Amino acid sequence: MSDSSANEPLAVENSRSQLTVAGVGVQPTPATGRTRRARRGTSWRERLEIAVLSGPAILMFVGFVIFPVVLAAYYGFFKWKGYGKPTDFIGLQNYKTILTDPEFHAALQHNLTIVVLSLLLQGPIAIGLALLLNRKMRGRSLIRVLIFVPYVVSEVIVGTGWSLMLQSNGAVNDVLGKLGLDSLQQDWLSDPSIAIWSLMVIISWKYIGFAVILFMAALQNIPEELYEAASIDGASYWQIQRRITVPLLGPTLRIWAFLSVIGSLQLFDLVYIIWGQYVAGTAGVSTMATYMVQYGRNAGNFGYGSAVAVVLFLISLIIALIYQRFVLRRDTAGAITGGTK
Amino acid sequence: MAATTTDTVPATSPARQRKVTPKSGGWGSPGTYFIALVVVGLMLAPIAYIILGGFRTNSQITNSPGGLPDPWNIDNYTSVLTGSTFWRELGNSTIVALVTSVLVVAFGLMASYVLARYNFRGRGAMYSLFAAGLMFPITVAITPLYIVVRDIGLMNSLGGVILPQVGFGLSTTVIILVPFLRAIPLEIEEAAAIDGTSKIGFFFRMVLPLSLPGVLTTGILAFVGSWNSYILPLFILNDQDSYTLPLGVQAFSSQYSTDTAQVLAFTSLAMIPALIFFSLFERRIVGGLQGAVKG
Repeated sequence: MSDSSANEPLAVENSRSQLTVAGVGVQPTPATGRTRRARRGTSWRERLEIAVLSGPAILMFVGFVIFPVVLAAYYGFFKWKGYGKPTDFIGLQNYKTILTDPEFHAALQHNLTIVVLSLLLQGPIAIGLALLLNRKMRGRSLIRVLIFVPYVVSEVIVGTGWSLMLQSNGAVNDVLGKLGLDSLQQDWLSDPSIAIWSLMVIISWKYIGFAVILFMAALQNIPEELYEAASIDGASYWQIQRRITVPLLGPTLRIWAFLSVIGSLQLFDLVYIIWGQYVAGTAGVSTMATYMVQYGRNAGNFGYGSAVAVVLFLISLIIALIYQRFVLRRDTAGAITGGTK
Repeated sequence: MAATTTDTVPATSPARQRKVTPKSGGWGSPGTYFIALVVVGLMLAPIAYIILGGFRTNSQITNSPGGLPDPWNIDNYTSVLTGSTFWRELGNSTIVALVTSVLVVAFGLMASYVLARYNFRGRGAMYSLFAAGLMFPITVAITPLYIVVRDIGLMNSLGGVILPQVGFGLSTTVIILVPFLRAIPLEIEEAAAIDGTSKIGFFFRMVLPLSLPGVLTTGILAFVGSWNSYILPLFILNDQDSYTLPLGVQAFSSQYSTDTAQVLAFTSLAMIPALIFFSLFERRIVGGLQGAVKG
């Protein structure tokens, strides 16, 4: 973990350059260039190769990803306990129930709160940390690794550890008491006005490392000439960050925000592990996914659970499409896929 | 902010401006180290709490929940390590993660090769199909997926977790590997063809070795994803004997909820394989995630 390691390009780019080396001085062919060669048409032999090579992947993907999603849309129209064939067709009744259920409204509201707070909390902190770690200092790559550790630890372990720490007689309140900050002691997990903030702290702690490494990679790709030119023109450190660094972080920032939004809408593991299905509702941290599991599979109502899944998917899809239409459109495809290189 | 701090960094010292960009060697300002230290402390404190808590006794934890082990006590760790539960669940997790990553990489590489190096009608549609998978997180599909797995008779078996994970892992794998395989110069393939190598021969002799870095990256990402996965095993594995580590940690912590020290020992032992794996492959995991987002 020497200092220089952080200066190395990404693994993927790194290996691309190895490929070029292996090509013995041959220029790498652009992706689109490979279609230029006139082909004699797809022979039966090629067809066989295509089928054999792509068959297993398509089979697994369609069978376990596409098919269940389609099934969810189908089951959503039935009242069905999961045994035998669904026969009790009830049309849109499940959807009516979902959209009028105050518990679902609460869950949706929690999801939206988590979406907004994740962006507002993690974004600025992660940019700050990335800028900090991009400065000249010893042990930078070690620090980068340590910040990333929570991201690799599983949700179950994170949830178990944090829920023990945050119990009313847990470590956090104990440490606060020893510091003489008794007034700050809280019922971190069950007080509905605080639980969502506890969840936000845990989420930020767990996922901020991911944002930091993304931003650090983007910072490394900003050409040094820009900084040199700015400093020759007499720009201060903060002016440089504000006028050059942050604007050039734009594409990465927007991609990260997209992933964060989708992740926040689908949030399940941490809430279900720390609060469980029943407490999540009373503590004000239930999400659409915990609602889905609680009233779907755990209640044995597979038709209803599938309908919730469809609603969850549609909400995510709509938000994703809006985001792509109005935010990501500003980036050309090239900017997202490496225009900052 | 910019206005107030402008005068603190005189523009007349170009050398100081260099700290904007990283350079190895040299020391930064003490303030930077202080903030970095605080951040690292905050990130590691919960991890340390879990590991150190395992070395305490329940009475120590009750009397001082946030204290350090005094005296250190290894009974919790030895009792977890001498029991069979931890090892069985470790074994299950290892089998699931290994088989998942091998299958994801094998199937993903084959499909990516077709997408990257063959010209055929429907290629664009096939790529879009896999790319669309990113829009279908497992949470959305889990309810019917449970039915599918039950109907093919794989409930409570590791295969019931492995097969769906392979399906869901393919999107990322294909998206990372296709640009990789496209980058292999066409001239190499032509040269191989002139020497009489078939496309399949080219796949095994040239593509496999050349794409090894990408293969490793996707394999490691699939392994970590599988190792940490929770919702799928939660639905599929209801039998204690088939539990993977995440389910095991949860079951253990509800079963021994009064024995906090033991729960912490079990949790930290469950965390250690992931930490070792991460420290071995840190560069690839980080680079792979960055590459997946960019590429």
